Amino acid sequence: MLIAILVMSAMGTVLAAALAGLQSSASRRERLLTERINQALPQTQCGRCTFTGCKPYAAAIARGEADINQCPPGGDATAQVLADMLGRQPKPVDPHFGIVRKQSRVAYIDEPACIGCTKCIQACPVDAIVGASKFMHTVIAAQCTGCELCVAPCPVDCIEMREIGDVQTPWRVLAS
Amino acid sequence: MTTAINHGGLRLAGNKQRSTLKPSRLIAAPAQAVLPLDQHAGAPASPRVKVGDRVLRGQLIGQAEGEISASLHSSIAGRVRAIETRPVPYHRGSPSLCIVIDNDGSDSEVTGSLVDYRSLDPRALCEHIEAGGIVGLGGATFPTAPKLRRGQQAPDIQLILNGAECEPWISCDDMLMREQAQDILQGAVILCHALQAKRCTVVIEDDKPDAERAMRGALTKLNDERVAILSVPTIYPAGGENQVITAVTGMEVPSTGLPSDIGVLCLNVGTAAAIARWLDRGEPLIRRMVTVTGSGVNEAGNLDVWLGTSISDLIGESGGYAGSLARLLMGGSMMGLALPTDDLPVVKASNCLVAALPADLHPRGVEMPCIRCGNCSEACPALLLPQQLHWFAGSQDLGALEAHGLMDCIECGCCDYVCPSQIPLAQRFRDAKPALIERLTAREQAFLARERYESRDARIERIEAERQAKLAEKRKSMTARG
Repeated sequence: MLIAILVMSAMGTVLAAALAGLQSSASRRERLLTERINQALPQTQCGRCTFTGCKPYAAAIARGEADINQCPPGGDATAQVLADMLGRQPKPVDPHFGIVRKQSRVAYIDEPACIGCTKCIQACPVDAIVGASKFMHTVIAAQCTGCELCVAPCPVDCIEMREIGDVQTPWRVLAS
Repeated sequence: MTTAINHGGLRLAGNKQRSTLKPSRLIAAPAQAVLPLDQHAGAPASPRVKVGDRVLRGQLIGQAEGEISASLHSSIAGRVRAIETRPVPYHRGSPSLCIVIDNDGSDSEVTGSLVDYRSLDPRALCEHIEAGGIVGLGGATFPTAPKLRRGQQAPDIQLILNGAECEPWISCDDMLMREQAQDILQGAVILCHALQAKRCTVVIEDDKPDAERAMRGALTKLNDERVAILSVPTIYPAGGENQVITAVTGMEVPSTGLPSDIGVLCLNVGTAAAIARWLDRGEPLIRRMVTVTGSGVNEAGNLDVWLGTSISDLIGESGGYAGSLARLLMGGSMMGLALPTDDLPVVKASNCLVAALPADLHPRGVEMPCIRCGNCSEACPALLLPQQLHWFAGSQDLGALEAHGLMDCIECGCCDYVCPSQIPLAQRFRDAKPALIERLTAREQAFLARERYESRDARIERIEAERQAKLAEKRKSMTARG
């Protein structure tokens, strides 16, 4: 009897430890997968995927709770990369989550109309708007990801999205 | 002897004898100078004069804007006729904003302050070089000051002056070394001071014995143990920046890096001479040596040309055209740009003009399919696989292009020179680069956006935690009092 109890409890301990180890390696794998998916996302942090940012969306994909076609800023190219990475069937971006734009856009503040309420500064997920309370605000165009999150909170409706012309590269390649 | 090329490269006919028979000559200032504000790599300069203003030779007319940019000075004295878009010899013929100046014939000039480089610390010296509108004169026109600033950050940097003018037809650096060796070495000494460099190597190809002799003579006079001269065999493209650096140091510039990452800074010999002229004589970059050559011109030679002079004036100076041209090239026959007309201004990048008759050009027939012979990868000095890149460029597979090192392509044209199917490979690669650059930039920006997003998250969390801690403190003190 005593031997049986000892054997059973020893087996229990060993198996519990093995199970715990397995679980931690599974969570580690999920973390690594999240990181890889996150690297493929455009980091606009716009939340159009219904998650609060790119990383939470990546985590949801890794857990199998979100589909790969929920990112309009990334467009079909990102959906394709995710399909390749995860071994899934590629599919176009679901229009339910937003329109895929060819030309990227940045926020533009109509500065004379700005009342300096700081609401857009608080809404900006990437700290691309500068300004202070009761002072004019402005968008650092080079750092704006075009997430549109600042447009709705503006109480005087002075923010609009504008297309950027040609992309400014660090220096132009002289050869033509 | 050290070789610049470990792999690939071509032995080409230099075609440089004709243009180096006679000494160079300074040509008269043009009746009108057309000076594009964006004739350097980076952001365009912003105009500092108005239409109708009187300007002197050497006066600042365009101010550098931003980190990578260069100032522009007037090359003639006269009145600003217009500030308008004009066709330029780069940008594939699309026009750029130019300052057009009419010569008043007075030749009055304003010189910059004469500066003893030893009186300036490296940073101030860099600023002074920037004020002279100095850019790299090897052809890429990268502004020199930002390059030097980056070099100043690297510990124990060595300077390389590139006189390995490897491309066929071009002989302006050869002539400059023969005639202005002292200026070049003075520039080398100034640059050594700016970089606090302990070593400077001037690299010269062995098909320029006269230039080497002149440089060695000047070096003996200078007697500076920091400066040395290295002769390298003549193989195209031994004068490429990466190739020259490998010849001197035995090291390769990292694929995504810059020469300063391995402690090297490379400048053209012409740039060094321009710096010496600016400091010692107060003359900003307003003229340069231009080779005018090719069988399609009557008198080949090197001309010292005021920037903004029309290319047709240079052809006129050289006795006019001989025969009907197959092509007019700016640059050499391998990497030069075909010009649609000669009614274009000489810019800081204009090292050579080749008026080419059909016999001057490498014959090129109709493009045929790739037969995968592999000649191109044998010839590639950057150790790439052009046949693969060609494939991926055709299907616009940016991921594969990146993985196969498209950004390491120096566009030397060796691959299409040897291609039996006459595929214009270098042109294809040049065309494919912008899309890949855009993608790499987008990736870089996404990375930065992510960093900002994460640091903002951390900040919000920290502020909240601080608020909670303060609140808890307050509650504790209230219960203690109560």
